[in-house]
Amino acid sequence: MGKEVILSLKNITKKFGALVALDDVSLDLYKNEVLALVGDNGAGKSTLIKIISGAIIQNRGEIYLKGRKVDFASPIEAKRAGIETVYQDLALVDSLNVANNLFLGREEKVSVLGGTLKFLRHRYMEKRSKEILDTLGITIPNIREQVKFLSGGQRQSIAVAKAAAFGKNIIILDEPTAALAVKEVGHILELVKKCKEEGISIIIITHNLEHAFMVADRFAVLRVGKKVGERLAEDTDIDEIVKLITGGTLVKNGKDGSERKIVNA
Amino acid sequence: MKNNKQAFSGLKKEASSASLSKKFFAVENIGIYIFLTMLIIFFSVMTNAFLTFSNFIVILRQVSIIGIAAFGQALVVISGGIDLSVGSIVALSGVIAASLTNFFGVPIPLAFLIGIMAGGVCGLANGVLATKVKIPPIIVTLGTLTIIRGLAFIIVGGHTVFGMPESYRVLGRGYVGFIPIPVLIMIVFFILFFIVLNNLNFGRHIYATGSNEEAALISGLNVVKIKTMVFVISGLMAGIGGAILSSRLDSGQAATAQGLELDVLTAVVLGGVSIAGGKGRLESVFVGVLIIGILANGMVLLNVQHFYQLVIKGAVLLLAVSLDVLKKK
Repeated sequence: MGKEVILSLKNITKKFGALVALDDVSLDLYKNEVLALVGDNGAGKSTLIKIISGAIIQNRGEIYLKGRKVDFASPIEAKRAGIETVYQDLALVDSLNVANNLFLGREEKVSVLGGTLKFLRHRYMEKRSKEILDTLGITIPNIREQVKFLSGGQRQSIAVAKAAAFGKNIIILDEPTAALAVKEVGHILELVKKCKEEGISIIIITHNLEHAFMVADRFAVLRVGKKVGERLAEDTDIDEIVKLITGGTLVKNGKDGSERKIVNA
Repeated sequence: MKNNKQAFSGLKKEASSASLSKKFFAVENIGIYIFLTMLIIFFSVMTNAFLTFSNFIVILRQVSIIGIAAFGQALVVISGGIDLSVGSIVALSGVIAASLTNFFGVPIPLAFLIGIMAGGVCGLANGVLATKVKIPPIIVTLGTLTIIRGLAFIIVGGHTVFGMPESYRVLGRGYVGFIPIPVLIMIVFFILFFIVLNNLNFGRHIYATGSNEEAALISGLNVVKIKTMVFVISGLMAGIGGAILSSRLDSGQAATAQGLELDVLTAVVLGGVSIAGGKGRLESVFVGVLIIGILANGMVLLNVQHFYQLVIKGAVLLLAVSLDVLKKK
């Protein structure tokens, strides 16, 4: 199919003292795909996305964004390059309203007195926020509502919308469904698909493989700092992914009549 | 996908109940507005002198210094900090202005300006210690409270500076029309700070920093700069308060405004500004300032003894705040 590579990680290694968190990991992200990054605790998923989002810097290896080498010294530089990260529960400011949250750090302003004073364009930002939420199919009755009054699912939706609205290239979702009520999960996964339709590439980290299979086009599996496999979603199933995650020690397929251990993926 | 549809409608339902509760919370700290009204009615009934225009002006003038300092303090507290050094800064600014005028023949406006700038420098020191050295603001300003007070005493050698030219008194005692100049200054700063908090980028960022510093950081805000700036502003405002007080007293005294920071904090907390940061509105802070002023004024008119005044003042703080807490339950 010859899909365009948007982000390319080449031989990324990261050490914390004697601990090798990532060992020579190479990974490509294609344009307009949802890549699920999976692995057990301590497999290196978080370290990897922190490197992509500029929060930490690798010891060795290179990152290419649309074919151009990038070195992000801070999350802000990654943001400028169009890479947005939605961290678990960190993304929103409770006491600000929905519109203010969406535009936090990128407020629309009018300059007065030759730029000495910059007034916020509340109306404009509210209107734009509505458009952004509408595009992604998110229903928030009142855009002026402080986000602390919203449900977990609505908050997560807004966090994702914030990333989607400004992440021109890539958004990274760290456990987007972890803290949600069951009925809200579907909505967030739907939102991930919407973002993809909008032409954004998405990396999603999740422990819940069922959720991952509902949205992902491709899986990359990490185990103790190494990439142990990449699979297209259509060519694989939960069993195989679990096997990759655990190193095949915990699961045996029950098909051939052999012992089957239950694994909580 | 059916599940998703259900999820959608479920979300909608939840959302509408959330907006109902929002309406309930809509008038934030309505408790203190009710309380202010009750106070006014009470004192109006109990004494004849209270409900007069001239007494109203007197109250405003009495609270002007607390008010000016409280607007600065509000920014600090909303950003998640606290500034205990404002009382000392008021004294320092005053002794600097008086000393410069008296001993060095510095033109009066310039002397006031230097005093105010000194307040800004104190604020900068607070800000740098809090953000760069990363000492918690309450401890930073506990330290500078003592240091700045000490400096004020050192500057005047423990004496009172007096005998300034007559025009020294204009700032604190003068009028524009029937409005005392300190009141005018307070009103101008109220409008200014109201705009800053509600209509400027900086204001939004102060709320964001106080509410969720990590999110503010991730969103690309310069949190260190914001936190330092609010301390500088608080220092400048206290400096202005000091200039007014020194002018009003027609002297430079290192011992003035002791404990002023507590009145200022009381006003800010009465105004519903959360000590945890991220929350509070300036108009409510102004109401908090008014409550302090009206209470003090009314109790004097009723000849309440000083010791009782202290008890009542503290009790009122607790009562007014508990009205809001109860309402939220």
